[in-house]
Amino acid sequence: MNAPLYPHGVFGAGASLWIALAIGIAFGACLERAGFGSARKLVAQFYLTDLAVFKVMFTAIITAMTGVLLLSTAGLLDRSLLAVPPTFLLPQVVGGLLFGVGFVVGGYCPGTSCVGAVTGRGDALVLWLGMIVGVLIFGEAFAMLETFYNATDLGALTLPMLFHLPYPLIVVLVVMMALFGFRVAGWIERKHRAPSAIL
Amino acid sequence: MNTTAMQTSSLGKSVGAANLRVPGAYWSPYLAGFVLGLVLLAAFVLMGHGIGASGAVASIVTAGEHAVAPAHAEANGYFGAYLADSDGSPLHSWIVVEVAGILIGGLLSGLLAGTFRFTIERGPGTGVGPRLAGAFGGGILMGFASRLARGCTSGQALTGGALLSVGSWAFMIAIFVSGYLIAPLMRRRWT
Repeated sequence: MNAPLYPHGVFGAGASLWIALAIGIAFGACLERAGFGSARKLVAQFYLTDLAVFKVMFTAIITAMTGVLLLSTAGLLDRSLLAVPPTFLLPQVVGGLLFGVGFVVGGYCPGTSCVGAVTGRGDALVLWLGMIVGVLIFGEAFAMLETFYNATDLGALTLPMLFHLPYPLIVVLVVMMALFGFRVAGWIERKHRAPSAIL
Repeated sequence: MNTTAMQTSSLGKSVGAANLRVPGAYWSPYLAGFVLGLVLLAAFVLMGHGIGASGAVASIVTAGEHAVAPAHAEANGYFGAYLADSDGSPLHSWIVVEVAGILIGGLLSGLLAGTFRFTIERGPGTGVGPRLAGAFGGGILMGFASRLARGCTSGQALTGGALLSVGSWAFMIAIFVSGYLIAPLMRRRWT
């Protein structure tokens, strides 16, 4: 296998859009099956009664991360061709802080609001309209924001580069952290979940 | 595909549930997360990049503004760059099609599992008006924040998290920090 396939020209732009559709369908189904079409299930993460958001996110992250490591170690996947999201530290920290407030106030994140909206949640649809307004405000204010938006540009910096540790070691550490986190999450849920609080 | 077979078989089990609120109506978070991780891995292997959601909102807003006020959109530093990028980079249209897939997959899964229902999700003591105001306000914040951070929980937290991007991990940690800080103020809205 000569992966990633698209950058190697194994298939063209037309086929890539069918792949986009298939991946999107599977993604949407996973979010729905996780229960993430429900705002109350999502925000329960922040009231410690149901930590499914944490569990799903970190299970997905360690699965994909381990898969990338295994495939690249086996010589099947060229990791250097994967598009690592570039780091712009300050705007990403400030963006994350604003995003967290929006998540708890709004009840969904962008992807889960899609699933909420198509499974009948009117609040998810309204949140989507809000996102359009938010993007519009950002774009119209971009002249003022541009300097900050491009501040603290650290390029495609990864945790192994930051800590000067081998890539596989960081993967093992993240997996161990996640597994420990899952144990703690179970313990927290047992403490906080009242018998009547099933969402 | 394997994932499809897994979904179908597990969906079959939950279809019988008359009440979607019973525990077990959803998949175990570890199963859902594992399959989601395989989907993300498939994107890496096939495309060389991850998945997204908020990028589609940006594409739609850019296209909308370009249709209504073309000169204004082209002169804008953000939308203009987005428009110029769309010609050369197929990633923007890829994410729009992928999000169309999310809508289809979410709908089909919701119909099959019986979780579809017309409702406004809110806490027991919260009225429809305040809840929709919160949804709209939260949406504005996340629309803005996802552009500032160059992605959301999909394009940054999941994708960049799995690829060990420092900025994506910082973004993800910041979400949980501010979420837990603001949650006590919103407690009466949700519980």
